[in-house]
Amino acid sequence: MALLEVTGLKVNFDTPEGGVQAVNGLDFSVHAGESLAIVGESGAGKSQAVMAIMGLLAENGSASGKAEFNGQDLMLMSRKELNKIRGCEIAMIFQDPMTSLNPFLTIEKQMVEVIRQHQNLRRDEARAHAVEMLRAVRIPAPEERVKQYPHEFSGGMRQRVMIAMGLLCEPGLLIADEPTTALDVTVQAQITQLVGELREKSNMSLILITHDLAVVAEICDRILVMYAGQLVETGSSEDIFYRPQHPYTQGLLASVPRMDQPVDDELHSIPGNPPNLLDLGSGCHFRERCNKAMDVCKDDPPLQVAQDGRMSRCFIDMANGEMVAGSTDSGEDSAEFAE
Amino acid sequence: MTAPVLRVQDLAVNFTSYTGGLLQRKERVLKAVNGISFDLNAGESLGIVGETGSGKSTLARAILGLIKPNRGRVMWEGEDLTQLDEEALRQKRKEIQIVFQDPVASLDPRMTAGDIISEPLWTFYPNMAPLQVEERARGMMKMVGLLQNQINRYPHEFSGGQCQRIGIARSLVLNPRLVICDEPVSALDVSIQAQIINLLQDLQNKLGLALIFIAHDLSLVKHISDRIMVMYMGSSMELSERDALYRSPLHPYTNALIKSVPIPDPKLAAQARQDSWLTGDMPSPYDPPRGCVFNTRCPYKVSRCEADVPALRRMEHGDWVACHRAEDLDLSIRLDSDSGIS
Repeated sequence: MALLEVTGLKVNFDTPEGGVQAVNGLDFSVHAGESLAIVGESGAGKSQAVMAIMGLLAENGSASGKAEFNGQDLMLMSRKELNKIRGCEIAMIFQDPMTSLNPFLTIEKQMVEVIRQHQNLRRDEARAHAVEMLRAVRIPAPEERVKQYPHEFSGGMRQRVMIAMGLLCEPGLLIADEPTTALDVTVQAQITQLVGELREKSNMSLILITHDLAVVAEICDRILVMYAGQLVETGSSEDIFYRPQHPYTQGLLASVPRMDQPVDDELHSIPGNPPNLLDLGSGCHFRERCNKAMDVCKDDPPLQVAQDGRMSRCFIDMANGEMVAGSTDSGEDSAEFAE
Repeated sequence: MTAPVLRVQDLAVNFTSYTGGLLQRKERVLKAVNGISFDLNAGESLGIVGETGSGKSTLARAILGLIKPNRGRVMWEGEDLTQLDEEALRQKRKEIQIVFQDPVASLDPRMTAGDIISEPLWTFYPNMAPLQVEERARGMMKMVGLLQNQINRYPHEFSGGQCQRIGIARSLVLNPRLVICDEPVSALDVSIQAQIINLLQDLQNKLGLALIFIAHDLSLVKHISDRIMVMYMGSSMELSERDALYRSPLHPYTNALIKSVPIPDPKLAAQARQDSWLTGDMPSPYDPPRGCVFNTRCPYKVSRCEADVPALRRMEHGDWVACHRAEDLDLSIRLDSDSGIS
């Protein structure tokens, strides 16, 4: 059984310009010890999907659907019940570590507070545990550092502190929302490796949210690609990187600049801009930017599901690269889809 | 060979701050830019790369005259910009423009796209006919890939990538000869980053611009730079031709930057992890290490690196490096172009 099973998740926001459907019917699951990456552009709904699961939506947001964690539906829980799980069984780290830490309190105070909220430990025991966690995320001289304030840490060190805080109660699931986006590339590599190693050591599950596919190549088992609030493709990490099916995934991969390849004249890019969520309309939301778009894409594309759990929301057949049977395309340019 | 349009010589910028109470006031000096020199030819593009705090944005601001340097010269076509008075410098800004990192924050939310793009024209040519100004603004919008009917829209109606296109249009409207792009794509999604880089490259070719492109990692400058300068703690570590730099970097720090760029390929990424070694953070800039500033993180350190500051010196094939061991280190990168995604 999956540790987290999300079905039919929808997230709506009321805005002065009208309703926005940030997440539109998302299904996914994470098994114990597994790591899942959720990838997509700004506005794809990846952050809001996990915020909804954690009960952290902004005031104008509302969510529906099911999110079963160990068989209990998080969406039906009261705030009190959620508070027992959040920060304990499910931990979350955010993009900007500075805004997630309280600038007025020492790291020790903040960590001890988390421990004593969830565990029945004496203060000195909690303190020792905090130091131990800082050591686990490889902060040098943790006994001294724990007494310092957030501003005394560099960006990378702050993110280590956030990870240490997230791991205090040995969570079954860690959700990391763009944990390295605000960091330098050298530090990004260190933090990504750290998260990967800690996960393997503790058999914790991980959901990693990012806009950059390259970051997750090494540490994620499965990848879910989102576009305009929907799943467009999911599969094992190897499938997504070596055999991407959906034109959007292919475009995302091609637009990553490669250091291990000679310089081309022009970088591949996905043309156009992410769609306006206020005015989505029907049909495939990606069709205006898609290099394989055809007439039939004005209709909603089918979600194809293969036996191994691989999915693609596209009229191009996952199995043979041809049109999905039963679709009524004029067929004028389907020849070029054969690979 | 023509003379360089821009010649930066031994440029240094210090920031002074004070700590302690009223009676024990202590002065602290941060050397943000510490003796940078380079030449830039007309139509050439130079990438400047370094981690946060390496001084690259301060360098850009000092070149533009937005910060007064403590030392050194910025020669623009033979004239020292640091010696000009305010009005003379303002006039020079017609020729040197900047594109900022955060495309949304750098646009006035209460001005329309058309107003933002044409504002430099009003400033420098107050007598220009309004119709002519509008025509020029429309022309710029077309050039950067925006639609003419978006001219009366406000920044919040555009996506991040489109806002950066407006920023680029504004920087080009005066026909500058040099544009400094300060991390123009760091705030954008990966798929949009490529669009903007291609646009800049295209415009550079079309208009014969000289370009300084600042970035915090080496992946993005690869496509747009003729030469690349790597900065660390205010100093230049290496200044090399693009292809040479990626194939066989001269400085261990350059090598580390290349190796820390994530590779979108699970197998290669696992391999790359084996030999990535850059650990720790940049030391405090108030208290830089003695000798080579990189010695606290360098795996090739020898005793000399802690004693002497390595000078930026020219190697046989013409590239520049500041490392005592440049001759005896082989940091060549193996290209793996056969594997990966087609």
